[in-house]
Amino acid sequence: MKKYLALLLALAMVFALAACGGDNAEPPATDAPEGDATVTDAPVAENTEAGVFKIGGIGPLTGDAAIYGTAAMNGAQIAVDEINALGGIQFEFQAQDDVSVAETSVNAYNTLKDWGMQALIGPVTTGPAISVSAEAYNDRIFALTPSASSADVTADKDNMFQMCFTDPNQGVSAADYMAENMPDVKIAIIYRNDDAYSQGIRDTFVSEAESKGLSVVYEGTFTQDTQTDFSVQVAAAQAAGADMVFLPIYYTPASVILTQANAIGYAPTFFGVDGMDGILTVEGFDTSLAEGVMLLTPFSATLSDELTVNFVTEYESRHGETPNQFAADGYDCVYAIYNAIQAGNITPDMSTADICDALIDTFTSDSFSVSGLTGQGMTWGSNGEVSKAPMAFVIQDGVYVLP
Amino acid sequence: MKRLKDVKGTTKVDFATYLGVTIAFLIVYALQLDGRLTNSVESWLVPICCFIVMAVSLNLVVGISGELSLGHAGFMSVGAFSGITAAMSLSSAIPLAPVRLVVGIVVGALCAAVAGVVVGVPVLRLRGDYLAIVTLAFGQIIKDLINCLLVGYDSKGLHIIFNVSGLRSISDLHMDDTGVAIIKGAQGATGVTKLASFPAGYILVMVTLVVVLHIIRSRTGRAIMSIRDNRIAAESVGINVTKYKMIAFVTSAALAGAAGALYGLNYGGLVSSRFDFNTSILVLVYVVLGGLGNIWGSVIGATVLYILPEALRDFADYRMLVYAIVLILVMIATNNPTIKTLFGKLTALVKRRGSAAAAKGGAQ
Repeated sequence: MKKYLALLLALAMVFALAACGGDNAEPPATDAPEGDATVTDAPVAENTEAGVFKIGGIGPLTGDAAIYGTAAMNGAQIAVDEINALGGIQFEFQAQDDVSVAETSVNAYNTLKDWGMQALIGPVTTGPAISVSAEAYNDRIFALTPSASSADVTADKDNMFQMCFTDPNQGVSAADYMAENMPDVKIAIIYRNDDAYSQGIRDTFVSEAESKGLSVVYEGTFTQDTQTDFSVQVAAAQAAGADMVFLPIYYTPASVILTQANAIGYAPTFFGVDGMDGILTVEGFDTSLAEGVMLLTPFSATLSDELTVNFVTEYESRHGETPNQFAADGYDCVYAIYNAIQAGNITPDMSTADICDALIDTFTSDSFSVSGLTGQGMTWGSNGEVSKAPMAFVIQDGVYVLP
Repeated sequence: MKRLKDVKGTTKVDFATYLGVTIAFLIVYALQLDGRLTNSVESWLVPICCFIVMAVSLNLVVGISGELSLGHAGFMSVGAFSGITAAMSLSSAIPLAPVRLVVGIVVGALCAAVAGVVVGVPVLRLRGDYLAIVTLAFGQIIKDLINCLLVGYDSKGLHIIFNVSGLRSISDLHMDDTGVAIIKGAQGATGVTKLASFPAGYILVMVTLVVVLHIIRSRTGRAIMSIRDNRIAAESVGINVTKYKMIAFVTSAALAGAAGALYGLNYGGLVSSRFDFNTSILVLVYVVLGGLGNIWGSVIGATVLYILPEALRDFADYRMLVYAIVLILVMIATNNPTIKTLFGKLTALVKRRGSAAAAKGGAQ
């Protein structure tokens, strides 16, 4: 009898969860005219009367990289709701989980295609973005990724665009910034050599640093499995006499490096890129250690312009946390597509391929630029890469300030 | 009619397996050509074929040979990256895509077989759980090795360097203007031309089934199973234990490599972290839930368990939680005595009917 009871309880749990999941799946989009009953076979023609663009989003909503995906999708959702409240062009947004795995991402992409997606925001992470961009290129669906930063994502695909800096771009920007502002520093680099993002930035940083005459005195590597202890690398950087440590890595290992450097009394200038954004939110990390850390990031939640303040307030009231740059990237993606739709006179009754071509024309035209949370006057080249000015921040008194 | 009666039970099961897979393929393929499949279902077809091959080949080691292998994804990885390298570097030499796919799969299978020999030769001489430990390590080693691998191709041929220090990049390959980077270390293989197709997947599944079922039903298979059941008894009748274990293990590795090559050539990019410990365990779950030593069980297990998490997308954030609960329910249900006796009665009924019909047929 007990066994049946257990089975019954398990079943009850499954259905209870199913109910929660259903509520969670599409929060404020319920006022859109189409029901979700015709998800799989909704023909594109059906939403023409209502004039709604179907925008899909792909990112890791669960798993190790979930903070990036959820932030980007939450940011995009806020932008969609704002645009829908304005009247005029209406968006319907659906986010699908890819767990940051290429294969699952392609499945998520096809699920969205069945739903009738007309433009894609995503995928958020690089590996999945490379696979999905190949599919989107064959299907002629316009795609704008908030944060997949590898140059391979956009290579040879005219319909794939990026909102974030590319990895090469970040490495070059960081080296240029150092060459301009502190040409005599001795640089140590600690990076993760099993990660496309970290390795990509390191490669371009080193070649640019070489051509600018910067001296790199030490390079230390780590992998996913060894990112909990950096005592060897930190001590070696100190021994090499480096007074600047370049960290093209994510903020969690960076927080460990800062703590361990402090423990041995080593106090160089730490320089991070956009992955460093979030260092002040690490649990159990003494944020006073991050004082004086420099980072290149497109977005800071502490800036006081109206757009940033409104976005941060809205995001905090919805999700109870400060938005990071991924949320800002997601938000800007929606507005970039919105502006392009207005500029290109695109209507939802056009075929997906026509929308794609029209969006490509608009994005690459000289007159088109977008000002958003992550940059002013952003423009795109025909290679899909964004051009905008990188912003260097210094952490002072627990907030990002311009140096 | 009399002939059918004389056919052994196991042979009937084998032919039913071939027939079932073929019928399923024909139905799905007809629907695909007719455009009735949704895009999401279409995107499942090739990975399902790959994981069926993975599950069936792992079953040969775990179910038939009775050794535990925890690094099956490592062989898939070897096959995937060598297959991609072969297919991409031959793109100008062999313009025909299906031929290139076959070459890629064969190269992938051969490289994985070599890796299988390297792992198997020392380990399969030992008794106990050493294979589990070594294959576990093998999976991790392969992941890290591919993270160090830089491969490019230009008009002069293939350029490979091994970036152990982590300080070299693709520019160190010194390729000329026609150079194409194939594997970029941690960034994985990018810009892969998609060559895989559902019919190719079906053919690979059939080849795997034929190879594995022929081994099992042959003298070799009986030797392998006798080692599993009683090693000392098998040795005492003169069976070379290491040799037969090697046959099972290397065949399994080669098939996993072929599956990996097909998988790798189905996506635009691939990173080595895809083939981590979790993937090995996932395939093991397909095998265990399908039934150890049960080949058609592996086919069904892989298919159902691949579709399940995708079909649960409506559950949003709770997708993987629901997937885990469903797995537990399957385990409870298949071990439930009531359900087991029910199945037993059903098969007995079918058998009785079958034999009655056969008797009738024989009498006529």
